[in-house]
Amino acid sequence: MNLNTHLFEGQLVYLAAINPELDAQLESGWTLDGDYQRMLGTDLVRPLSPAQLKKQYTEIEKEMDEKGNQFYFTIRHLPLPVVKEPGQLLGFARLDWIEWSHGVCSLSLGIGDPAERNKGFGTDALRLLLRYAFRELNLFRISAAVPAYNQAALRLFGKEAFKEEARRREVFHRAGKRWDGIHLGILREEWEQS
Amino acid sequence: MMEAESRLEQTSNAHTGKTLFRGELVYLVAPDPAGDAAMFAKWMSDSEFVRLLDTDPARLLSVGKHKEWLEKDLLEEQKNDELFFLIRTLVEERTIGFVGLDGIRWVHGDAWVGIGLGEREYWGKGYGTDAMQILQRYAFDELNLHRLSLNVFDYNQRAIRSYEKAGFIVEGRSRQYLNREGQRFDMIFMGILREEWEKRLLL
Repeated sequence: MNLNTHLFEGQLVYLAAINPELDAQLESGWTLDGDYQRMLGTDLVRPLSPAQLKKQYTEIEKEMDEKGNQFYFTIRHLPLPVVKEPGQLLGFARLDWIEWSHGVCSLSLGIGDPAERNKGFGTDALRLLLRYAFRELNLFRISAAVPAYNQAALRLFGKEAFKEEARRREVFHRAGKRWDGIHLGILREEWEQS
Repeated sequence: MMEAESRLEQTSNAHTGKTLFRGELVYLVAPDPAGDAAMFAKWMSDSEFVRLLDTDPARLLSVGKHKEWLEKDLLEEQKNDELFFLIRTLVEERTIGFVGLDGIRWVHGDAWVGIGLGEREYWGKGYGTDAMQILQRYAFDELNLHRLSLNVFDYNQRAIRSYEKAGFIVEGRSRQYLNREGQRFDMIFMGILREEWEKRLLL
């Protein structure tokens, strides 16, 4: 057993806590890109001000404290900040809907700036999240839900051994079309073998 | 056109509240936190019922706490993404369970259905299916939703049969999602589209 594993440190990115003062401005800029929000799920797509995002962060922190059923991280570019500023904000990574008695949760992540996608940051962050969920939280399975039009996410989850488990037909109505919602899952034993 | 007319006929008394919320065996009424909390406390102390209903661990809560939960549900309704009814029998006028929608996504026209019959002697006799059909009509003809979703547990075959009778089809399963009595069980996803529901009306 190696307790020295750097749980929050990957090859390219590290996971860090929410930092509203630092991050709200940049994230607010990301919400001006409607495509980013559309890729994430069914939530209403709209621009959000730094103030609104700070309020969301406060609510997330409150829920983390009070309910203890989610973990929310920011994804930042390595190297780790030793003395200097924290690394560049790349996106978010989240485990939520944790049901402790069943050992299950949902997972989501996003890389905000289109220019930073397809560089392996998502893969690196996903691997950290999976290791954290299975090796620190000792969960049994993880679910993820993705709109059928988000091919990049489906490729990413597929590459990390998630299996497609359900297809909720026509659950998304976007740009005049109906799209399925795809539900994926991975069991701890599948992750261990991958 | 014919179809639309006959549907309007079926619900032509909707403004009186007598038809839209009324089925063959049951009708739907609004919950009243002060009056209903004791009943909920009784239902939720039935651990088998709770395990069939929800993923949350079975637990015991006071009547006061149930009142708080019901009040919170009504507050949530004001946010416009949740609707919650009680199921009452037409003959005995007895409240036997609840049915509702949550996570309503108006933009996409989807919502999650939840239903439970707390009174055991009404299980397996068509009361739940009847209540579900009222809710479907409400969701599609009044709220104008596009589809309905629900989750059900692999070991709850009676519920699965009832949902299939109401036209839901299996859309997939989260493998080994539940841990109950030391065994893992799948959680099943079911759904029905508006057009599927409309076709069934013509049968």
